[in-house]
Amino acid sequence: MILESIWFFLWGLLWAVYFMTDGFDLGIGTLMPFVAKSEEDRRVMINAMGPLWDGNEVWLLTAGGVTFAAFPTVYAVMFSSLYSALMLILFALIMRGVAFEFRGKVESPGWRKVWDIFLFIGSAAPALLFGVAFANIFRGIPIDQNGINQGNLLTLLNPYGLLGGVLFMLLFLTHGCLWLSIKSEGDLQSRSAATAVKLWPVLLGAAVLFLVASAFATNLYANYLSYPVLFLVILLTVAGLLGVRFFLGRQAYFKAWFASALTIVGATFYGVIGLFPNMFPSSIDPAYSLTAHNAASSPLTLKIMLVVVIIFVPVVLAYQAWTYFTFKDKVTLDDLIY
Amino acid sequence: MDALLLSRMQFTATTLFHFLFVPLTLGLSIMVAVMETIYARTGKEIYLKMTRFWGKLFLINFAVGVVTGITLEFQFGTNWSGYSAYVGDIFGSLLAIEATAAFFLESTLIGVWVFGWKKLSAKAHAAVMWLVAGASNLSAIWILTANGWMQQPVGFTLRNGRAELTDFAAVVFNKFSILQILHVLPSAFVFTAFFVMGISAYHLLKKQHVEFATKSFNFALVFGLIASLAVAVEGDFHAKHVTESQPAKLAAMEALWDTTTRAPVHLIALPDQENEKNAIQIASIPGVLSFLGRGDINAEIKGLKDFPKDERPPVLMTFLSFRIMVGLGMYFILMMVLGLLLRKRLMDYPIYLKAMLYSIPLPAVAISFGWMLAEFGRQPWIVYGLMKTADAGSPLAPIQVALSLAAFIGMYGFLGAVGYYLIIKNARKGPQALAA
Repeated sequence: MILESIWFFLWGLLWAVYFMTDGFDLGIGTLMPFVAKSEEDRRVMINAMGPLWDGNEVWLLTAGGVTFAAFPTVYAVMFSSLYSALMLILFALIMRGVAFEFRGKVESPGWRKVWDIFLFIGSAAPALLFGVAFANIFRGIPIDQNGINQGNLLTLLNPYGLLGGVLFMLLFLTHGCLWLSIKSEGDLQSRSAATAVKLWPVLLGAAVLFLVASAFATNLYANYLSYPVLFLVILLTVAGLLGVRFFLGRQAYFKAWFASALTIVGATFYGVIGLFPNMFPSSIDPAYSLTAHNAASSPLTLKIMLVVVIIFVPVVLAYQAWTYFTFKDKVTLDDLIY
Repeated sequence: MDALLLSRMQFTATTLFHFLFVPLTLGLSIMVAVMETIYARTGKEIYLKMTRFWGKLFLINFAVGVVTGITLEFQFGTNWSGYSAYVGDIFGSLLAIEATAAFFLESTLIGVWVFGWKKLSAKAHAAVMWLVAGASNLSAIWILTANGWMQQPVGFTLRNGRAELTDFAAVVFNKFSILQILHVLPSAFVFTAFFVMGISAYHLLKKQHVEFATKSFNFALVFGLIASLAVAVEGDFHAKHVTESQPAKLAAMEALWDTTTRAPVHLIALPDQENEKNAIQIASIPGVLSFLGRGDINAEIKGLKDFPKDERPPVLMTFLSFRIMVGLGMYFILMMVLGLLLRKRLMDYPIYLKAMLYSIPLPAVAISFGWMLAEFGRQPWIVYGLMKTADAGSPLAPIQVALSLAAFIGMYGFLGAVGYYLIIKNARKGPQALAA
């Protein structure tokens, strides 16, 4: 039914925007122990995320909220069957959230160290775990006819799942480096750009590996083979990835970041399109899979939510874009609020 | 301990903890917006000082409120999958609207407020805080609408093995939800008022930052006086509605066992659920409950024995929660009235100031018991009359929930301690001299 398919697409879009925005926050938070050489560096990195991270994170809450509203069975089964992974992600996000606010409140290196650790774990863990979770969704989770997961956390840590985690991590690290290159100056900027250049071939390798592995571990290509025009999505994603390296070479960091954003959005849609109409496939039996059609809300709810989203999402995009524009300048010593 | 009981404990703990921080976000955002607007219009430094000081405390509190809120959105799915699948068609959309319409605005603009002092004009910057205040109160409205639906489900039908929406307007304008909103929002403002007045009292007792503290105190006094009266008056309407829509809860909160006309209020009582009576029952005033609940001394009020044993809430908890909440509510009004009378000579009454300082945590206590009344009083139902809590849980292994519960207690205990340490430390410091 068309309404359900529209919602499936919107659901994918929300995840894509989440990864495109909070992705650089997760990347910078993970990079901090490696790229920052001084307290000043650390503060620049934190302030590069400062005005934006919370608004970015809400895309996750909206993706989750929309899953609940439009596909309540998926929400129920996904969140309960991935209990341990989600709890880990949740605790990590809690740690990250308070780190921003608490870090600067006491003038003590020991105090700051605690919150730097919170910020690191709070950034690295979700980056990895989102990748692991989504790769496993592509692969299928061993849910039975009652939606009960017959596996556990360790089941998720299979090679394909781990590859997904590594891929997401590399995507976000690169994205973070690029954002930092835009927002910082001098030595820190050079280091960020250099890190992105070093990461890029690894990211390319992981991406290729993932594309190939997906052919064996998942059914993602079935839709692509049925409608070959969809391969454009993969092409665009790869183009984005190549664009990252191209623009990095020219030190055009805004363009490189946009190319990275395109890569992340493309990668998300690659998975989402490949999944369609599945949302939470069962690796035990396809009959147990949750799809956009068997797990959706009533048509009335879908219609109401569509109106809500059509009104609010453009509004949100507008004021978030305004925020990004307001804070487009480099982070200088005067700006170190946190 | 089964997974269900552990999930219930976890939901209770994480929600109560979240709601220690939410009221201050709701109320202090408004107060800071007012202060900043006055500064933007008059240019008087004292108002900037107040904005910066209360704003700093606001931000520490806001951070903990946000992170503990994410837990709750996840938890409906992680621990209550039965519930989510059964009522998600209605409940899920309310949460999604909360995120799209409110969370986004709140979380995006708070970043602008913190970092945008130099980037925006004074008026624009003040406007940003108004939007944060509006957005956070709006998000409270949506979640209370959702909870209101759990208390009195409307606008739905049972179809396809679940509850499905039939009337969105009925859900949004659900009388229970509206009454709940009109009760909870003012209660948050009472919390904020005591917070501001208590900290101001601290500085007045120390005879420091007198102008700042007096102005802050008086601001909060207006806020708190109106809010505490509103909470009480509205509480009466709310309880009348509960009498009609949740008779088992009403019977429990008044420890009424036998259905009767001229139903009494027992001034002192100790319910004995096992034996379906009150072990202690002193000074029962006949007719008062009928009058309070239905506006007529002779009206019939249902007693607990009218409901099957397994459809009665935990009586002692419901009864005590109600009494503690109301008792504190009366105290709050008293303290506000005293403040009104003494407001021109506050420093002459150190006993009053001390009392206000030590009263800071009391609204949190009242609010927590209020929520316990609302939620425990609804048991055994997760959706009153429609779905039992026992049927709502996720199929989890007890160890999973035991571990997450332990982790929440540890993490929240730590964050709560750090958060309050920072708030107290900065509250004591008082407003800083502003850089030129």
